[in-house]
Amino acid sequence: MIPVWRIVGRRLGNAVPVLLIVAIGSYCLLELAPGDAVDAYLSGSGGDAGLVAQLRQQWGLDRSFATRLTSYLLSLLTLDFGWSVAFSRPVREVVLDRMGNTLLLMSAAVALSFSLGTLLGVAAGSRPQSWRDRLLSWLSLALYAAPGFWLGLMMIVAFAVKLSWFPLGGIATIGEPRAGLEHVLDVAWHLVLPASALGLVYLALYLRLMRAGMVEAWRSDYVRTARAKGLTRQRIVWRHVARNALLPVITMLGLQAAAMLGGSVVVESVFAIPGLGRLAFEAVTQRDVPLLLGIVLAGTVLVIVINLLVDMAYAKLDPRVLVS
Amino acid sequence: MFEREPSRRTVLGAAVGAAGSALLPQFAQAQGTVRRGGTLVVAADTEPRNLNPAIVASNGVFYVASKVIEPLAEMSYDGSGLVPRLATEWSGSADGRSVTFKLRPGVTWHDGKAFSSADVAFSALEVWKKAQNLGRVLFKDLEAVETPDGGTAIFRFTKPTPLQLIRNALPAVTAVVPKHLYEGTDIATNPANTKLVGTGPFRLVEHKPGEFYRLAKSPTYWDRDKPYLDGIIYRVLPDPGAIAAAIEADQIQLAAFSAIPLSELPRLAAIKGVQVLHKGYEGITYQLTVEVNHRRKELADVRVRRAIAHAIDKDFVVSTIFRGYANTAAGPIPKFDKQFHVADPALPNFDVAKANALLDEAGYPRQGGAMRFKLRLLPAPWFEQTRQMGDYLRQALRVVGIDAELVNNDAAGHTRAIYTDHNFDLAIGSPVYRNDPSISTTILYQGGLPAGVPFSNQYGFNDAAVNTTIARAAETLDAATRVQLYRDFQRQVAQSQPLIQVAEFTFISVIRDRLRNVANNPRWATSNWADTWLSA
Repeated sequence: MIPVWRIVGRRLGNAVPVLLIVAIGSYCLLELAPGDAVDAYLSGSGGDAGLVAQLRQQWGLDRSFATRLTSYLLSLLTLDFGWSVAFSRPVREVVLDRMGNTLLLMSAAVALSFSLGTLLGVAAGSRPQSWRDRLLSWLSLALYAAPGFWLGLMMIVAFAVKLSWFPLGGIATIGEPRAGLEHVLDVAWHLVLPASALGLVYLALYLRLMRAGMVEAWRSDYVRTARAKGLTRQRIVWRHVARNALLPVITMLGLQAAAMLGGSVVVESVFAIPGLGRLAFEAVTQRDVPLLLGIVLAGTVLVIVINLLVDMAYAKLDPRVLVS
Repeated sequence: MFEREPSRRTVLGAAVGAAGSALLPQFAQAQGTVRRGGTLVVAADTEPRNLNPAIVASNGVFYVASKVIEPLAEMSYDGSGLVPRLATEWSGSADGRSVTFKLRPGVTWHDGKAFSSADVAFSALEVWKKAQNLGRVLFKDLEAVETPDGGTAIFRFTKPTPLQLIRNALPAVTAVVPKHLYEGTDIATNPANTKLVGTGPFRLVEHKPGEFYRLAKSPTYWDRDKPYLDGIIYRVLPDPGAIAAAIEADQIQLAAFSAIPLSELPRLAAIKGVQVLHKGYEGITYQLTVEVNHRRKELADVRVRRAIAHAIDKDFVVSTIFRGYANTAAGPIPKFDKQFHVADPALPNFDVAKANALLDEAGYPRQGGAMRFKLRLLPAPWFEQTRQMGDYLRQALRVVGIDAELVNNDAAGHTRAIYTDHNFDLAIGSPVYRNDPSISTTILYQGGLPAGVPFSNQYGFNDAAVNTTIARAAETLDAATRVQLYRDFQRQVAQSQPLIQVAEFTFISVIRDRLRNVANNPRWATSNWADTWLSA
């Protein structure tokens, strides 16, 4: 069996070329989009020929593509992520400012969808074809079909506008700085709706995966053996059926973490949460190449780390993976 | 003053003291109408990277910054069209080479320093003239600003410059910034561009990127009685649906600049406490315009351009795309500007038969069911309506046998394609009219401009007669003659249709009706809101 630390080391080693490919690829992609940062800026305010030339020079856009790419990659080596022209601040600052909110939103959404999804999946899968299973399957299908932004808006209408249970948006109450526990509760209260909007689709997915895995497991020999041994139904459900059905769900967890960065663009806009998703959108419309790359790289690192953690969890559940 | 019974009023009077008692009648009256205090929360859908209105004269900047940094004068609905702000009087010399401003006394910057003519001189020469998107053109002939005393600034121009133009430009281009914070620094990157220091009724207290701007009442504002509000919070809400919900829940009291889609307005207007306002933006009128690339052989022919104009049903555009919240356009100067606008009978009306006849005559007959020719049509992404106009024009052109292929870009891509690469045949744009034809309107017709200048004539249109009229008007001092020249200009382009104006529109505000003194000047959303208040 290979020790865990070597797997971690190998994975992180593999991450370097991945990061490089992502950086160069995104740089080229954004270069292919028509118009540059100066065009984006001028589309808002206009300006004369002198101003146009002055801005291109100030923002270094008068240099050739190859020069800009090389100098960007070189500064990346020194962990300098460059200057964001859209925000007139260093990229590192802008990204770190927003990263916390996105991580918070993502982990809240993952926690919600994973815990509730698997539990409901167990509820459905423990007695396939029962009325409970049918009801949950129907519910999960409806949730799965609903787009996140629409769910978000409907939740705003119902729970924020009509019932006033939750705030309309934002990450914390504006103008009333709070401290300690009060602040934590305030943020949690602000996160309920956006985390639900982001997580409900995955909740449905986990529910269905869990249920399907369990239906499959019920037919296995080891379950028959367990029954023959005279184990209680409850023990069979939790120790034998659910545990084995959990493996594909864990795989999904890794995928979800990556896909959520994409979904958060929409949810962050609807709920006015200043996070990485919205920032990425602004970076593209402003043609702010260093900023977009900063976000993409931060996202890549995040995904790599999450996948690593998922693999560790996988190994814990199923020791066979460490052997291969 | 003698009162027998102790009342709230006497208590207040005593508190104000002897000097205050003289002001008491006025104060009492104000109590009856105006409610002081309270924080106004409004929606902001963008966060400008540079918030300095002296550098970036744009609506997004003014929306926040106009409360903090003031211009020399503001637009007004009454009389002269202007009310004094930092300047109290202005007059031009007979030769048009100088304009004298008398400045308001007793004004202080938010950091406590006194405001003086030196600030105006510095702003004009170093900021407006050198760095501002509009000022670089408008003040290009500004040579010096003399400051004989702290309350007078005399602008000296190398060429005669019409006072009428300067007057019309005052509200948008003359935001004054403090010399003591900018002098000797790199103006483009000065930290005061985001941490504004001004003379206005509100101070910028906090900006949390992606969340909010917080403005608080300035205790030292020169108009001692104002502002009425304690503060303003701009909540950054990027999603139009969320903005509508926030108004409905009274979590914001204003959604300006048409932040809410037109389709939502009837529903919101029906909610108690919500009001839809069509006023307060007259000073920022846009013209939905079909931009034409004259480099394309077919479009260089005036008959084809007129045929396209004949194919457009402006009334349909106004009633369907704008749901009635707009007017049809008649030429390059909006109808609301009675000073300059002239309606010309040569403007093409909606007439499909005539359009077909003109196209046949131009040598592009329709053979069988085939299309006459094919064009690329690029609708600008600025507004919902510019995109929808693209869809409409495509259909309208099909009717007269022109096949238009829609090409959609985002803001940067569109700006590059039209104004630098000239990579289009027709485009839908929305040039803004800034209350004088020479600020941002004639530049759309003037020939011989370098490529890459956004919102200028990048259309390949170059007409000697039009160029002459524009040049003469630019240096004509007499207001009446100047108006006459701009009327001639309108007649010239009515005939040749270098661009086709379809509709005039401006923004709509949705407010909670407890917000008072709203839309009381023609650029209200970008004015200082000193007299705005919230009722209980």
